[in-house]
Parts: sequence; C-alpha cells; structure tokens
Amino acid sequence: MDGIDTRTLVFEPQKANDFKGKVDPDWCAGCGDFGVLNSLRKSCLDLGLKPHEILTVSGIGCSSNFPGFFNSYGMHTLHGRSLAVATGAKMANHELNVFVTGGDGDGYGIGGNHFTHTARRNVDLTYIVMDNEIYGLTTGQLSPTSSLNMKTKSSPYGSVEYPFNPITSAIMNGATFVARGFSADTKHLSMLMQQAIEHKGFSLISIFSPCITFNHDNDLAFFKPRIKKLEDEGHDTRDWKSACEKAMLWGDTIYTGLFHHVKDRPALHEAEPILEKGGAISNRTLGLNKEQTKRIIDRMM
Amino acid sequence: MSSEQFDFSLAIGGAAGQGIATPGNILARMFTRRGLSLYAYNAYQSIVRGGHIFLTMRINRQAIYTHGDSLNMLVCLNQDTMDRHSSLMKSGGCVIYDSDKITPGELATDVQLCPLPIKELSNKSRNKVIQNTIALGAINYLVGLEFEVLENSLNLQFGRKGDAVVRENSTAALAGYEFAKENFKAYPEPLPTGPKPLALWTGNEAMAMGGAAAGVKFYSAYPMSPSTGVLHWMAQNARELDIMVRQAEDEIAVANMIIGAAHVGARAMCATSGGGFALMTEAVGAASMMEIPAVFINVQRAGPSTGVPTKTEQGDLWQALGASQGDFERLIVAPTDALDSFNVIPELFNLCDEHQCPGIVISDLLIAEGTFSADPDDLNLNPKINRGEIVTTSKSDASDEEYLRYKITDSGISPRALPGLKGHVHVVATDEHDQDGVLISDEYTNPHKRRRMVEKRARKIADITDKIKAPTLEGDTDAEVTLIGWGSTYGVIKEAIEQLTEKGVKVNHLPIRWIVPFHSKEIIEIVENAKHTIIIENNYSGQFYRYMRSETGLSIDGHIRKYDGEPFMPHHIVDSVLEQLDGKTNHSVPVQEIMV
Repeated sequence: MDGIDTRTLVFEPQKANDFKGKVDPDWCAGCGDFGVLNSLRKSCLDLGLKPHEILTVSGIGCSSNFPGFFNSYGMHTLHGRSLAVATGAKMANHELNVFVTGGDGDGYGIGGNHFTHTARRNVDLTYIVMDNEIYGLTTGQLSPTSSLNMKTKSSPYGSVEYPFNPITSAIMNGATFVARGFSADTKHLSMLMQQAIEHKGFSLISIFSPCITFNHDNDLAFFKPRIKKLEDEGHDTRDWKSACEKAMLWGDTIYTGLFHHVKDRPALHEAEPILEKGGAISNRTLGLNKEQTKRIIDRMM
Repeated sequence: MSSEQFDFSLAIGGAAGQGIATPGNILARMFTRRGLSLYAYNAYQSIVRGGHIFLTMRINRQAIYTHGDSLNMLVCLNQDTMDRHSSLMKSGGCVIYDSDKITPGELATDVQLCPLPIKELSNKSRNKVIQNTIALGAINYLVGLEFEVLENSLNLQFGRKGDAVVRENSTAALAGYEFAKENFKAYPEPLPTGPKPLALWTGNEAMAMGGAAAGVKFYSAYPMSPSTGVLHWMAQNARELDIMVRQAEDEIAVANMIIGAAHVGARAMCATSGGGFALMTEAVGAASMMEIPAVFINVQRAGPSTGVPTKTEQGDLWQALGASQGDFERLIVAPTDALDSFNVIPELFNLCDEHQCPGIVISDLLIAEGTFSADPDDLNLNPKINRGEIVTTSKSDASDEEYLRYKITDSGISPRALPGLKGHVHVVATDEHDQDGVLISDEYTNPHKRRRMVEKRARKIADITDKIKAPTLEGDTDAEVTLIGWGSTYGVIKEAIEQLTEKGVKVNHLPIRWIVPFHSKEIIEIVENAKHTIIIENNYSGQFYRYMRSETGLSIDGHIRKYDGEPFMPHHIVDSVLEQLDGKTNHSVPVQEIMV
C-alpha cells in the first residue's frame, strides 16, 4: 500500500549524493532540472554546509518540487509565494542559509511582485530559478519568458507578447548578485551557486533548464551553440549598463555567467537594527520584562 | 450633573485638517487622569482634507462601551457641524462655536449658547488650529476645572514642540477660559473624579500590545484602514521590544512572510481589513496544511470590495469562515472591546501553538479605532505562554528512530522541530503529504494516506471547545427577551439592556466571542430555554444568524440589523426591541438619524 521508496537522510554529508532528499525527482527523464539539483548538491558539499543549517523554500511547479529531492529543511509553499515565505524565515532566523527554488512561472509570473521587492530589499537569499520558458506541470502553456511568436497550448497561433527579462529586471530592481546559468553546464553552474551562496544579499541565478516534453523551441540544441560565458569575455560585473546590454541579447549569442555584483550594500538583516545584537529573533526570550511593561503602561496614562 | 448619575458626552465636529485629533486627545487624557471612564468614537471619511469629522467622547464613573445617544456639549469648528448635530443636544447642555463664522441652529430650549469671538480671542494669530485651543479653555471652565489642569495637559501635549508652541497654546487657552468665565454659566457641579487615573488605548493598540505580551517577534502588514493602528504601534515599539516589523508589498506577501517566520519558530502576527484579508486567504490554508501556527487579524470595515473604508460593519464573518479552499483547521475569535482584544491575542496564540494551526481575529472599526479607557491594573502584560510541543534535542546518530514531522498520533498533534535543529530535517508542504512530509499529492497519490492525514489534522481541534470558556447568559435567566450578539456589539447591547430595564422590560444578553470553535451545545441549551430571542448584528444578511443556524439548527424570533456604516447607538436597539415585543415586526433596521 505504501508504494513509494524513501531514503533515510544523511546528517553529515561526505559526498554530493548525501544531499539527496527522501525521494528521487519525479521529473521527466532528460529534464534540465536534474543538472540544477546536482549542481546545488555539489556546491553545498564543497562549501561544507550541513543539511540542518539550510532551509530550501519553493513555490509550485515542476521545479518547485525541488525541496523534496534535496537534503535540507524544506518548505513547499504556495504558487508564487516562495520569496515572501523565505523573507519571513530569513528575517526571523538569519542564521539559516536560505535557498529559494522554483520556475519562471512561479517566480516571474505569479510571484513577480515578490521578485521585485525581495531584490529591492536585498534579503540574503539564494534564488535559483529553473527557467524553461514554458508552463510544464500544466502541460504546456505560455510563460512570462516564452519567446515572441512561440506556439503553445495557450498560444496556438503564436505569442504576441514580448518576454520578461529576469536579468535586467533583477538589476533594475536592485538585486546585488545577478547571474544566469545553463543546466547542461553543471561545472559553471556550481561555480555560480557557490558564489551566490557566499554573497551576503539577494542573489539570483536564473538558469536555462530546458523542458524536454513541452518546449521544443528552446531545447538543448537551441542553447548549446549560442551560449557564451561572460567570464570568457572579461565582463566587469560592477558595470550594470553593460550587464543589461549583454543580458538583452537573444540571437546567435546568449550570455551566461555573473552579470552584476554589488558587494558593499548591506543585506536586509544586516541593516535591521534589532538584529545588531541578540542573535536570531526566533530564538529570543518571549514576553516582556518589568521595564518594558512599565514603559508601555506609562505611555497609556 | 449630579455626580451619582454622572454621564457626560462631548463632541467636536469639523472638517478633516481642522485638527480635531489634538484637542480630542488632550481632553481624553484630562478626563482619564481624573479617573473617569471614557469611550470615544470618531466618525470620519477617507480624505485628508475637507469632508466631515465628528469625534464623540463620553465619560462616566462606571465603565462605558458606547458613545451614547445624545450630547451634553458640542464644539462646532464649522457651520456644517452645527447644522448636522445640534439636534443631539440634551437640555442643560451647551454649544461652543466661533461666533465670527457660525450661526446657531435649532436647539432644545435650555441649551446654553457659547459663542466665542475667535478672531478677537486669538489675537490675530495665524495659527489656523488655535481656535481649538481657545475652545479647550472654554470647555475647561464650563466643566468646572481649574485652569492649571488644562495648562498641565497642554505642556504634556506640546512640550516636545518647544516653549513657543506651549506658550502660544497656553495664552489662547487662557483667553478662552477667561472669556467663558465672564460670559457663560459653568455646570453647577464640577467634573467628578474616579478612584485612580486610568489608561487610554484603542482596540488596535490593544491587539498590538496583546501581541507584544504574547511574545510576537515578527509582525508584518500592508497599510489598510481601519487596521493600520496595529502596524503603527508595532513600528513605534519594535526596537524597544525586540519585534521584527516588516511592511510588505501586498497582503499576500504579509501572510506568507508571517508563515515563514512562524515556521522557524517566531510568534508571528499580521493585521489587515477585508480586502487585504481576501488576498491572504490562500496563505491561511497553507498555514493550516503545513500546520504552522500564526495569527491573522481582520479589522472589518463596510464592504464589499473597497466598500466604505472608514466605516464599520460586521460583514466579513463568512469570509473568515471560508478563508481557504478545502477543509482546513483554524480558530476564529471576535473580541468584544479593547480589553478583550488585548486578552484574546495571547489566548489565541497559545491555542494556535498547541494545536499547530492558524488563528483569525475578527475585529471591526468600531472597537479597533474606538478609544477606550482601561484600568492599568487590569492589563496583564505577562500572560501565560504555551508554545505547544516543540522538539529541542538534536540527534547526532542517523540510526535513531526517524523524526516524523506529521507523525500520526491520537491527539493528531505531532511535535514540531524547527529548522536549524540537527537530525530533524524535513519538508513541510502545501501539497498533501504523509507523516514524513513526503508528498502524496501527485504521482504518489494514495487514498488511504490522504484519508489518514485529513483525519489527523481534524483530530487536533476536535475537542478544543473543552479548553475554551463557553458563552454564558448575562443578566436575569428569567428574562422575557434574550438579545444575542457577537464581537463588537457587546457594549451597545449591554447599554441598551440597561435602558430597557429602566423601562421595565426584562432582558438578558448572550454575547458570543468564539466563532470557531463554536459552543453549539451550550448555545442550544440557552436559546431553547429563552422566551424570545433577537439577534443583533452590524450587517445586512444576518451573517451570524445564518452561521448559528448552520451549527445549531436553531431558529430565532427576531433580528435587528444595521448596515449603513455607522454603529448602533443604544436607542436603536431599545426602540427595535420594543417594536418587536409589540408584535409590529420581527426584523428591524434602525435608521441612522445623524448624518456623519
């Protein structure tokens, strides 16, 4: 009756596979998300992170099933709301490493408002978006990043909408670490992830993670010849204008790598005065002391 | 104004921007420092300048809960106020107004007219709100207080603005005081005093303080009238009390942020009004599904949609009941006044923590923005805190028994482990999941597991009525009429009953506070033994009546409803009860006589 195999989680990972979750992914064979999952496992191992020190928060969608496949505390929240939940969790316990995982529909569509403001606030989260330019779990409709003229079940005659650009949007909204990855290049992706996790502030890695089942326009064959790494071109990550220009390219050349990096802006929890001392707010003593009680009542008199 | 039956109502009316709040605040503090009980209701509109603002303040030696039916003193800052409200004046009262600009309206025969020549008294001051201070001086004389009482209050109010401002106000107040002394007749008996100074607060402040007392460490909000007072208090006190306060981009973010904070172990709360609560409802269900305790406050205003943003209503009951899809565990409580709003927050947090589910508070503009006095000795800022079952010991050996976040137990309650604790790593999910947190919703769907998880969550609150005080009948059990209300109508029904008793009608009161759980058994017993029952609520469709009927099968003899944006005044209920007892109708909709 209990038809699903679950594994016992490893407390102290010694190899990347020790970051496997209780169950294996339910993704289609050949899905780009496998590359992303493997890269994150390797990054965490290389950084020496412990599963209980990580909270991975996701929304809803194929890629949002991620926390179940990864060995860390996880929250599989509502569609589009992962960044809001993660902000609350990070601010209440800033000692946790908080990762947010999800897809283009979840993060750039229904969750677009939170994307804007989480970037602006510079919440210290590592936001990993698996962008497949399609709605996969609902069997193939337009997503905010679907290309102009793309034919899907909800745009059978071709889309007339211009796609959302996560990289330029994140830069414009004040994100302090903005990168793009490609799921088929896990070595490069792990490098970006490690930098993103170590960055204090909001970091976005928007990853081309092709959907093998529903997106036949932007598949591996489409990306492979076009992708060039910024690191190979001597890009200055402080130059946001050049970063935006390069992020806009969508032709023979499509860049991956770290577009923009601001190192001197404090993360939200670093800027919040009540966290200057006393540790995580979630661990503090509840209730009011005599002095606080007296002050509250005095002000009412 | 015999001190035995001392009951005094004073109102100040004008346009937004004429500065009514400041003299209102000064007077309220003067009265409560003398130990007098106070309730103040401000009728206002959603504009920053213009329109009509009408602040009614009532003082008494006993605790009071409503602004009453009529006025002893009216301060008109514009002609509009005179025209709209002079009919409220009781005989023996007095009307204060700027004789340069305002002509008196029709008044009861022995109402004293107190015209103030503002231009002359203000000594050509350019300060547009100085007329308020002059009026304060006159009020001070008329109620028989020494000038020093007002002078001290002005010092407290304006002290931080510097000596010049204090001096200007003191001079103006004295001019008003002296003019009144020469030209008007003071009340024969001066304002009485109570046994000890009282405190002042609004229902919103009370809920914020209740949160602070309960140990709220994370508060989030998006500004929305009439709930914003909670945010203001929290923001003002955050640093001193170690509370993380976050203003979010919308109410969806608010609700989800508090869920994130609550999941890692902080007591987390938010407040909004109906429109914002609509945006939060999916998250309420998420908290229920993930079994995360958090408190959501809905301060109701007149709906639907944007509705009447600055007016009161009890119109969101079914919205709260239906605040998520599916069957979901949550608690819902409707406090009755400011003190109850304060006490209910720690009570609700303890229940939510213990039963690992969200809690909803339904307040409304009437009590949330209403100003109440409070006996400081009644305020327990150190209530009992019960966080429920939380695992605190880490595990170092993976061969130990596996931690199951949603372990099936007899009580349905599974001990929580908070992120950060070694050896208890798990995923919480809004998808249906098994005891180990693994999803069963998609390809793994298993009807047997699904059923046992639904039943596990439901068991958590199946017997919760036993832990919560059931509603009881207030007053004579042998009454000829039983009035039933919920939440904020408590005070006005109580006062209407006093008036009905004076008229020789025997009436008792069944006030309801807890909506979920609902004490059906106790309520059925009371209602079945009542001779004549009338439900009173501030909405059109009888939302509470329909809910009570669905939970109990009970029918009710009569209804009194009001849905014009203004709260009930005691006489609305008295007149409606009398007409129903006369057999004229079983459905009364009292007319709001005062245009505010």
